[in-house]
Amino acid sequence: MAQAGDTAHDEVQQHPIGVYFKVWGLLFVLSAASYAVDYYHVESYLRWTLILVFMMLKAGFIVAVFMHMKWERLALIYAMILPPALVMVFVVLMTFEADYTFFTREVFFSLGK
Amino acid sequence: MTQTTQTETGHSLAMPDGMQGFVKDWSSDQRAFKNVPWGKAMMWIFLLSDTFIFSCFLLSYMTVRMSTTVPWPNPSEVFALSFGGDPIPLILIAIMTFILISSSGTMAMAVMFGYKRDRRKTAILMLVTALFGASFVGMQAFEWTKLIVDEGVRPWSNPMGAAQFGSIFFMITGFHGFHVSVGVIFLFAIARKVWRGDYDNETPGFFTSRKGSYESVEVMGLYWHFVDLVWVFIFAFFYLW
Repeated sequence: MAQAGDTAHDEVQQHPIGVYFKVWGLLFVLSAASYAVDYYHVESYLRWTLILVFMMLKAGFIVAVFMHMKWERLALIYAMILPPALVMVFVVLMTFEADYTFFTREVFFSLGK
Repeated sequence: MTQTTQTETGHSLAMPDGMQGFVKDWSSDQRAFKNVPWGKAMMWIFLLSDTFIFSCFLLSYMTVRMSTTVPWPNPSEVFALSFGGDPIPLILIAIMTFILISSSGTMAMAVMFGYKRDRRKTAILMLVTALFGASFVGMQAFEWTKLIVDEGVRPWSNPMGAAQFGSIFFMITGFHGFHVSVGVIFLFAIARKVWRGDYDNETPGFFTSRKGSYESVEVMGLYWHFVDLVWVFIFAFFYLW
């Protein structure tokens, strides 16, 4: 029972220093990897996939360990993760919008010639 | 008839984990974030709103880049830098990325030493973080100068391709640089308080009159890591894509 809910001493985060060093090193490696994607001219779908994978991994480690999200209760985790995830809907909407704008520009500019 | 029911106050209510805990926390009275001090909860909520701002910036960048009929300038070449020999692609941006990550590492450790109430180490690590941040802003100033003066990039036009490149670049990196600058100022301010021993002596804050506590270091850390987090996305979408 005692471990269940000690709201009295509002959460003191104590983690061994090794965790931070490991994540720090990992972030360096991941950054170097994403830079290598550009340096070695990886192109097209492989490029975009690698960039996104490295980006999500880096973001995940920063939020989970450096920002201590990993050790928070689900109430906070969901409150912070779900709303940004919904931005993906916005991304889809704007993809349609951008395609439409591109299409009208193509038509309009070719007519103007 | 004077019997009263004794309300038990001996122990606090159990907090279940997992989904059940999530529902219970959110449907409970008074506070949803049970074991989080309010300063930290408020910083998280501020960061959430900031996430939306940067999401909108990156979204508008996506829309603009997808809808232009003029080729987008190749960032790999635009941000190349030569040290005497051949230009190395994106080298300054890579260095800036490593600097910001290093600053995040020192900040994480400052937070850790803060909770160990190690006044000296916390203050020194925060100062190191601030110096990393300041050098990041310095490099950004150099990058902007190079782009504006040498390459002739303007918010409305540039010699390399799509006109929107300049406005998007200045808006996104400018807003991020502003966040870093504000972070550096606050890092110095909090580091000074740590150094003075405000958090050991629970000295009341100047504006808030609340007791000083090392919790402020963690709240500061959250902000700083967020700045690094945003850079991860800018680096991926603007510079590498």
